[in-house]
Amino acid sequence: MKETLTGAQALIRALEHENVDVMFGLPGGCILPAYDPLIESKIRHILVRHEQGAGHMAEGYAHVTGRPGVAMVTSGPAATNLVTPLCDAYMDSVPMVGITGQVPTAAIGTDAFQECDTVGITRSITKHNELVMSAQDLPMVVRQAFHIATTGRPGPTLIDIPKDVLQNEMTWYWPSDDEVLDSLPGYRPNVKGHTKMIKEAARLILAARQPILYVGGGVLKARAAAALRELAELTQIPVVTTLMARGAFPDSHPLCLGMPGMHGTATAVTAMQKSDLLIALGSRFDDRVTGKVSAFAPDAKIIHVDIDPAEQGKVRRPDVPIVGDCRLVIEEMLKAIKELLQSGETQADVGPWRSRVSGWREQFPLAYDQSEPGAALKPQFCLEKLRDGAPEGTIVVSGVGQHQMWTSQYWNFEEPYTWVNSGGLGTMGFAVPAAIGAKVGRPDKTVWAVDGDGCFQMTAQELVTASLERIPVKIGILNNSYLGMVRQWQEMFYDERFSEVNLSGTLPDFVKWAESMGCVGIRVEDPQEAEAAIDKANSINDRPVVVDFRVAEDEKVFPMVPAGKSNDDILLHHSQDARREFLK
Amino acid sequence: MSGNNPYGQDSQHHVLSVLVQNRPGVLARVSALFARRGYNIFSLAVAPTEHADYSRITIVVDLASAPLEQMTKQLFKLIDVVRISELDPRHSVVRELIMATVRATAEQRGQIVELTNIFEGKILSVGVDAVTVSLDGSPSNIDDFMAALNQYGIVESQRTGLVALPKLDRAASAGAAKSPKGKAS
Repeated sequence: MKETLTGAQALIRALEHENVDVMFGLPGGCILPAYDPLIESKIRHILVRHEQGAGHMAEGYAHVTGRPGVAMVTSGPAATNLVTPLCDAYMDSVPMVGITGQVPTAAIGTDAFQECDTVGITRSITKHNELVMSAQDLPMVVRQAFHIATTGRPGPTLIDIPKDVLQNEMTWYWPSDDEVLDSLPGYRPNVKGHTKMIKEAARLILAARQPILYVGGGVLKARAAAALRELAELTQIPVVTTLMARGAFPDSHPLCLGMPGMHGTATAVTAMQKSDLLIALGSRFDDRVTGKVSAFAPDAKIIHVDIDPAEQGKVRRPDVPIVGDCRLVIEEMLKAIKELLQSGETQADVGPWRSRVSGWREQFPLAYDQSEPGAALKPQFCLEKLRDGAPEGTIVVSGVGQHQMWTSQYWNFEEPYTWVNSGGLGTMGFAVPAAIGAKVGRPDKTVWAVDGDGCFQMTAQELVTASLERIPVKIGILNNSYLGMVRQWQEMFYDERFSEVNLSGTLPDFVKWAESMGCVGIRVEDPQEAEAAIDKANSINDRPVVVDFRVAEDEKVFPMVPAGKSNDDILLHHSQDARREFLK
Repeated sequence: MSGNNPYGQDSQHHVLSVLVQNRPGVLARVSALFARRGYNIFSLAVAPTEHADYSRITIVVDLASAPLEQMTKQLFKLIDVVRISELDPRHSVVRELIMATVRATAEQRGQIVELTNIFEGKILSVGVDAVTVSLDGSPSNIDDFMAALNQYGIVESQRTGLVALPKLDRAASAGAAKSPKGKAS
């Protein structure tokens, strides 16, 4: 039986067919028709205070569930407010579907009220976007958007819908898988790696004496953590997990070297530099990992597994490129390695390499100076206390800057999907809304956001959303009253000429602000108070909590590879400088 | 680069023939990608194909700006791009069209007609003191024609940019047009 719906009804029904259980948004002029059928829908809608919040919530939700996050906003300024989260999701390959209202088709191009060229503006920051010109097209466009966002290399898609398209009538249908594929003849992501290449990779792995598994976010996107662990344990190859891959391999595992890169551990950075084989799995040789590219891992052969062919050879030419889904490829790689071993091949002895790596790990643990009695809290100390007090399986979310690096360094990530942050775009203000989205996606888990005072002030208003929607996230602000990472760079690279970097030691009052938004606010100024405050925060589960840790303003993140320098020029904590020779 | 390169021995230009879904915004997607990644387009020609659902874009790219492999791979990430053929000049037929209006006194008119005939071009329009001519040919052919016309003074001109298709298979040269689709995916 043919059923006639409005475009708006078709949109909401299509979202239900895509198993959307929650969406984040804020209504306005052109998207109004879509908000009407939402009243009858079983989809939960979370009303945000700023459209950027909706986008980051959708990302947080997607990070922890693996399902696409959905954000729906109106045209013009709402669409431009969604630009930052879309770009963030694009850089970090987060599956997300944005829905924007648009002025009626007849008004497009006339500079109508709240009109902007949304598809034009978002073209380079979405995997795909579409301006829908007919209500009849809506179910197909929604299916395409979800299909594209979630397959291949995941990413954000955007559907821009003029108001009259939402109001016009259409005949309901739901396209089949085949119809969706037929409508996208140019989109066939390759998931299965090339058998010959995988065999070649297996041979290289067995022959390598100083191999490293260089694990990126693609391993999490492919849900390949179990396969990775099997590969590491079978071959006894040490693992580094990039900022986007923290949790893909347990930090407590004897083979785990932690994070590589600009603020990575000295062991992870140096092990990559000295490696003779980098097995890059879903990682993209980002400049924050490689340092100066020409000096990066100079003696290493490269096996590069990535589902995006354009990543192969973009920065470093691989010896063995393998285009495919990380989980499928690692599983095939395991088979190939086992076959070679059964046929009598032996693996080169990685024992000496592992002892060398262990030596680095003993000599160069993460280090900071404990605070003198009566002096300000150390941010690293706060993180250790937060980490030790957190219930098992806690999801930790961060903003961008020093606090992000310390969180990545000092947290112990034991499970996949327990770490949410903005890696590629480096979006300050990400933490609060992303934590809310993560808690919505995983209400069974404790969600801590570790934020900076600069970041918090960019998106804190979403805590009103969290209070009203009963989303009990916990926010720890490492408040040093500075844009801390900028301060660090000005101190180290601009001769301590501090320019526009001090926020304020007194304003805002984060505790009062938290309380005004319906949260519990706690201030911690003394190391003695930290544990009790954290315990109190962990015991509150009916509303959000904000803990304002007043930390030392001059603390810096180490180790550090200065931008543009070789990873060999890593700067260590001063207590380790004397041992530098061990890294040679 | 081959000696038959229509842009000359040292040229860094390369021809991509891109089959795309014939949908609104597809040209903007392609050109925006080139701009965003810092790839230079030397010329670009686009029109629907014999099949109404598809258009073909012929892009002459400048390899001085980026490696061809990255260009084709990034291009192929666009959902609307269905196939990319990298056309080797040795195994392709290429054409470009130029229209030019040239200053011509009554006495010069005959010389220009003769010149145009030598190049096998056409006279499109004759005015009191100018002539509009056209020529289709290889880019170097057109360069020569323009140089010859220049002595009379070109008032205005428009080149279409290159269009190209693979040469038809001869028994000895099957598979002349390489499709990077297999390579890129």
